[in-house]
Amino acid sequence: MPQKISLRIDGELIHTAGQRSILEVALEHGKFIPSLCHMKGLASVGACRLCIVEVAGVGRVLPACSTPVQDGMAVTTQSDKLRRYRKIALELLFAERNHVCAVCVSNGHCELQGLATKLGVTGVRYPYTFPKIGVDLTHKKFTLDQNRCILCTRCVRVCAEVEGAHVWDVSSRGVGSRLVCELNRKWGESRNCTSCGKCVQSCPTGALAEKGFAVEEMTKRTEPISRLTALRGVRP
Amino acid sequence: MSRTITIDHVTRIEGHAKIDIHLNDQGKVASTQFHVTQFRGFEKFVEGRPYYEMPAITARICGICPVSHLLASVKACDAIMAVQIPEPAQLLRELLHCAQFVQSHGLSFFHLSAPDLLLGFDSDPKLRNIVGLIEKHPEAARDGIALRKFGQQTIERLAGERIHPSWTVPGGVNKPLSAETRDEILAELPIARSIIRRTLKTFKAMLDDFPAESDAFGNMPSAYAGLVDFDGNLRIYDGILRFKDSEGKPMASVSRALDYSKFIGEAAMPDSYLKAPYFKPMGYPDGAYRVGPLGRLNVAEQCGTPEADVELAEYRQRLGRIVQSSFFYHYARLIEALYGVERMEQLLENPLILDRHVRAEAGVNALEGVGIIEAPRGTLIHHYKVDENGAMKWANLIVATGHNNLAINKSIQQVAERFVDGNQFQEGMVNRVSAVVRAYDPCLSCSTHALGQTPMQMRLYGPDGQMLDEVAT
Ligand code: SF4
Ligand code: SF4
Repeated sequence: MPQKISLRIDGELIHTAGQRSILEVALEHGKFIPSLCHMKGLASVGACRLCIVEVAGVGRVLPACSTPVQDGMAVTTQSDKLRRYRKIALELLFAERNHVCAVCVSNGHCELQGLATKLGVTGVRYPYTFPKIGVDLTHKKFTLDQNRCILCTRCVRVCAEVEGAHVWDVSSRGVGSRLVCELNRKWGESRNCTSCGKCVQSCPTGALAEKGFAVEEMTKRTEPISRLTALRGVRP
Repeated sequence: MSRTITIDHVTRIEGHAKIDIHLNDQGKVASTQFHVTQFRGFEKFVEGRPYYEMPAITARICGICPVSHLLASVKACDAIMAVQIPEPAQLLRELLHCAQFVQSHGLSFFHLSAPDLLLGFDSDPKLRNIVGLIEKHPEAARDGIALRKFGQQTIERLAGERIHPSWTVPGGVNKPLSAETRDEILAELPIARSIIRRTLKTFKAMLDDFPAESDAFGNMPSAYAGLVDFDGNLRIYDGILRFKDSEGKPMASVSRALDYSKFIGEAAMPDSYLKAPYFKPMGYPDGAYRVGPLGRLNVAEQCGTPEADVELAEYRQRLGRIVQSSFFYHYARLIEALYGVERMEQLLENPLILDRHVRAEAGVNALEGVGIIEAPRGTLIHHYKVDENGAMKWANLIVATGHNNLAINKSIQQVAERFVDGNQFQEGMVNRVSAVVRAYDPCLSCSTHALGQTPMQMRLYGPDGQMLDEVAT
């Protein structure tokens, strides 16, 4: 029986079991904390830095998805500073790749775009890097367009943790990081891919999509995957 | 001493154009040049993208006729998928296209050309625009606005979003038409029809007021091209691309879209981003042909809808079977708008239009695809090549203004020779030169300049390249 703890989130006193993340508990209590790399049912990696929160007595902001709740903690989920930082994080995601929403399959259904709208990002204050990245169209059913990838690694995790195929990884460092299929094969030549489409459904942007979908047509569902992991008892 | 007059940024057309008029020692027109300064890099930009993104991408190269690019593009995509799209989808696409025709022809006529026609070519340039029109001829201005609104609303009703509808997709359309929407559109048709009838009447009554213009506005022999069906009826969404010579004799009929390149060559023009297509068998530059309303009505035997055919008969009775003067683009445009409304009614009354089978699905089944439609401004061709995964390798677009490029050049020369007097700038002359360009309703850069707000500059250069004089309006 996990031990019960008490903490305050935005002043509200909350009693909960330990060994859970701040994000999980906060969401359960109706708080809004933005996130992109987090997906219910998958391990948390703290990659996107959007879920940052302030914890009283800690001198830096902490990612809510990978910080466990502790007894007596006081968490702040909304402040001017957090809003500023979250905007910066989003703008940097846009500046890092080539996002042309107007012609994107996910336009209107994109988590990145949705959050940008919700958090009031009206422009990008950093110079765009305009990387030259091709599109991998070799898979029979799916496409990978890294111009729209935010390196959230949801695809990497869902494929390794849920499907057990481990097709995806991230190569290189920093701004040169790229998603790779099996030590840099074309997706169409993958030996492990089962064409289950879990990565496509998990991808928060238009980076992974089904073939043949026209602009704005790609909608995605992550709940069935989250439900599956819950049924299997992998993660609540 | 030879001098150069440059008319920069022709007003009231979509995009950027510059006209150079070279004068000889006697101050008479020696030659003219028409430059288009804004069409670049598109083919490179799409390399590697999935072909089915092309409709969305190409619709965005033009803010004025996105529907035309969308349709030409989805047709090219259909060809790459090697599918015959379901008939209801064909009807719906044509319906959307008709709505855009009415809208676009309305815009061209009322907003861009009516100020010259109703207020006069020599009238005060400050008032020679839609605002001046509202003041002097409020009924015409109101009609123009209403007609445009009808077209736009119909597009919105069908496609959900006015500017860049994502409703049209490779393989068909992504949503069937509901009976309510059909009835809403049907209910509004009569108003649109009566506006066009009224406008035709006014226009016909004015025909004799412009003898000099109809005589010298690109009044020259050329070949013509446009889509028709097997019986020679005017077609705008799909058909056989037919070429006729200046006498009206058929020169070629292209029934397989992919064969267009056997008949159309493209010459690069100095100082212009716009290539000059020509009819290949006749060579360059003799193979100049005209597309758009004038070309289409010359090529078609009839429109195929009752009222438009009556108007077409009168048009031919007045002007001849083959109409040569580009001044009559305006007239032809109005007849086509009437055809558009009548055709919409025919389509909406076809029970098949409510059928729910509207999309064919397929992958890459051909490595090359061509889509040809009649955009309001004329024949529009999208030609794509892809690899076996569907990644774009190559694209070629021939836009209406491209087909007309050679003819526009010739027309400018003709107007300049007639109206430009080397010793002085006169407002009426500058306006006539740009008006002949407007007669073609060119869509030059597919950029999104605000209508009627681009300033026109006319510059006079000495032989040493020094600017001697400048007029801005
Ligand atoms: S992935 Fe999202 S943000 Fe990026 S282009 Fe597509 S819709 Fe826009
Ligand atoms: S492809 Fe999609 S899911 Fe994978 S890392 Fe990129 S954005 Fe995330």
